[in-house]
Amino acid sequence: MSVCLFRFGALTTVSWQLKTDPMLRSASLRFAALFGIVFALSAMAFVGFLWFSTAGLLDRQVEAAISADAQGLVERWSEGGIPALLLTIQERMNENVDDDAIYEVTDPLGTTVGGNMGRWPAAVTTPGMFYELMVVRADTRSLAEVRRYDLPGGFRLLVGRDVRGRVELRHLLTNALFSSMLVITGLGAVGAVVIRNLFRRMVAEVSATADAIAGGDLTPRVRRSGRGDEFDRMAESINTMLERIARLMDGVRQVSNAIAHDLRTPITRARARLEDAATHARSEPELRAAVERAVSDLDGVTAVFQALMRIAEIEVGARRSAFADVDLGPLLADLTELYGAVAEENGLTLTLSVPDTLTILGDRDMLQQALANLLDNAIKFSSPGGSIRLEAALFDRHVRISVTDRGPGIPEADRNRATERFFRGEQARNTPGSGLGLALVQAVAALHEGSLLLSDAAPGLRATITLPAMPGPHMKIPSSAPHQMESAAMAHAAHR
Amino acid sequence: MRILLVEDDPTVAGFVVKGLREAGHVVEHADNGRDGLFMAASEVFDTIILDRMLPGGIDGIRLLETLRSQNNATPVLLLSALAQVDERVAGLKAGGDDYLTKPFAFSELLARVEALTRRGKSEGPQTKLVVGDLEMDLLSRTVRRAAQKIDLQPREFRLLEYLMRHAGQVVTRTMLLEGVWDYHFDPQTNVIDVHVSRLRQKIDKPFSTSLIHTIRNAGYMLRPE
Repeated sequence: MSVCLFRFGALTTVSWQLKTDPMLRSASLRFAALFGIVFALSAMAFVGFLWFSTAGLLDRQVEAAISADAQGLVERWSEGGIPALLLTIQERMNENVDDDAIYEVTDPLGTTVGGNMGRWPAAVTTPGMFYELMVVRADTRSLAEVRRYDLPGGFRLLVGRDVRGRVELRHLLTNALFSSMLVITGLGAVGAVVIRNLFRRMVAEVSATADAIAGGDLTPRVRRSGRGDEFDRMAESINTMLERIARLMDGVRQVSNAIAHDLRTPITRARARLEDAATHARSEPELRAAVERAVSDLDGVTAVFQALMRIAEIEVGARRSAFADVDLGPLLADLTELYGAVAEENGLTLTLSVPDTLTILGDRDMLQQALANLLDNAIKFSSPGGSIRLEAALFDRHVRISVTDRGPGIPEADRNRATERFFRGEQARNTPGSGLGLALVQAVAALHEGSLLLSDAAPGLRATITLPAMPGPHMKIPSSAPHQMESAAMAHAAHR
Repeated sequence: MRILLVEDDPTVAGFVVKGLREAGHVVEHADNGRDGLFMAASEVFDTIILDRMLPGGIDGIRLLETLRSQNNATPVLLLSALAQVDERVAGLKAGGDDYLTKPFAFSELLARVEALTRRGKSEGPQTKLVVGDLEMDLLSRTVRRAAQKIDLQPREFRLLEYLMRHAGQVVTRTMLLEGVWDYHFDPQTNVIDVHVSRLRQKIDKPFSTSLIHTIRNAGYMLRPE
């Protein structure tokens, strides 16, 4: 089909068909057609240029030769008159090896006085113009290019060249260019088909994956060719996006399951209490007590709800706008002071170790809450006489903040699942809590491009948050001085 | 106190109006932003309780910004179902004095409303706080009760200062966490109770009468007996 594109009529037909025929309304075909058109146009331009520069050059050469010849003859005439001119013409005809020179001189009456044409051709009327005409020379018909010059005294001079050879050459050239045009066209068509198939294959891969995902299966990924080219990079971006979507979907599914299980229970309880009180309470104090218990059940529901919303908010990553420089020293000292009293009350000791200066780029509120959750847990699961250590230090461009207790720890099998929403280990079953604490810590760590690691402190549990000490690569904060300004700008933006 | 409540939900509004009236306040109620703005701009109130999302074309933030642009400095407590930190910041940035998320306990709302009115009244720097026989000198940072000097840790001092500034009012645990520690989350453990109980050891234990009282289901109150 690319072949017919070279004719304009066919081209408009094709574009009209593209609009109407759904079969042809394909991007791959459009790309292929575009490629074909561009290829053909450039080939035509190239061939055209070649043709004009070679055939045109021949024409110009002949014209230049005729002009030069005539100029010499006119000079001879002005020096010696007609005899000198005729003599020179005779000399030139004798010297003309190719036998392609044509001359004709006539007197004012039109009678031939010299030259090799025999008579003046009737077609040549205007002086100074080039004429192309058929001549019969030595009994053969031939094509000649001639020019008329008028000499004073009524004499006329005709100078010309036999251009039969040139016509043959032009013919040859035209044939060669035409066949090369055909070859180029063929190549262009092949190229268009190749491009179309390449495009189709790539798009088919992506759209098959997208179709499968739209169909509800989130597992397929775009296959990569492994060449590391643009298509590969696109496949990679699409896959990264799919990973993220799958993770978010997973989160949503987890949360809705969790809501179904963990929020239904306290809501059912509150409802039962209220209904029971409405039908069975015999005295006002009894009724009041039931209502109060129901309210506190609902408060629990609200707390769980808020924690869930907070985690969702963090996971969406919207809080990055509130990032600023956070000095961990005072932050940890304040938390130690807040929880130290509680620890002491429970017969525990809480110790803090933090270097003098330890600054990270982060969200102060979120970090406080995450660490408060870890300290809450540590206190909750420690038995009297135990100790809790809150430590922060710089390790190879990473800041590690850890909370270590001497409690029962988390069994290895449960450790990976401990950060899931609503997961509660065996030991945690009978303690108050929503099962969201570590999920929030995990989310905060992820927000800071860090991680949460739970490990065995033998005995006890060590929860370590690792955060990048330097801003992440995509934060684009080059050094410490602009860094300050940028965080100030960020903090300012957060208030808008 | 004269309080304006701008809230479109009739159940919540009815509950808040009833509670505030029982607590001895005069309450006016508007159920949309337009009426709310009209009342807030044309009458004098001690406090405005303002829902963020309102029908009638003018939402809480718009109402608040309009009010502040007219140099109306009435303390405003924003009520909102939007709990995100950024939303909170946006509310305070628009000129709100406090922000409470729905659902809320009425005791928390009442305590915050009363704290706001007090904040509006006590203009000018104070150098000395006195509640009963308890005295706090803010310049020398010393505390005496019945002429007896009491040594406090810096944080205990700030906790007591907060309680004394809100003497006679209920202060909730959340208010203490925000006002004294500047934390904006709810800890799972009873951290505030422990700190208040330590303060009690120093302020109340050695003396015959108690100044710090626990208010059931609400928080604490510092008041002379």
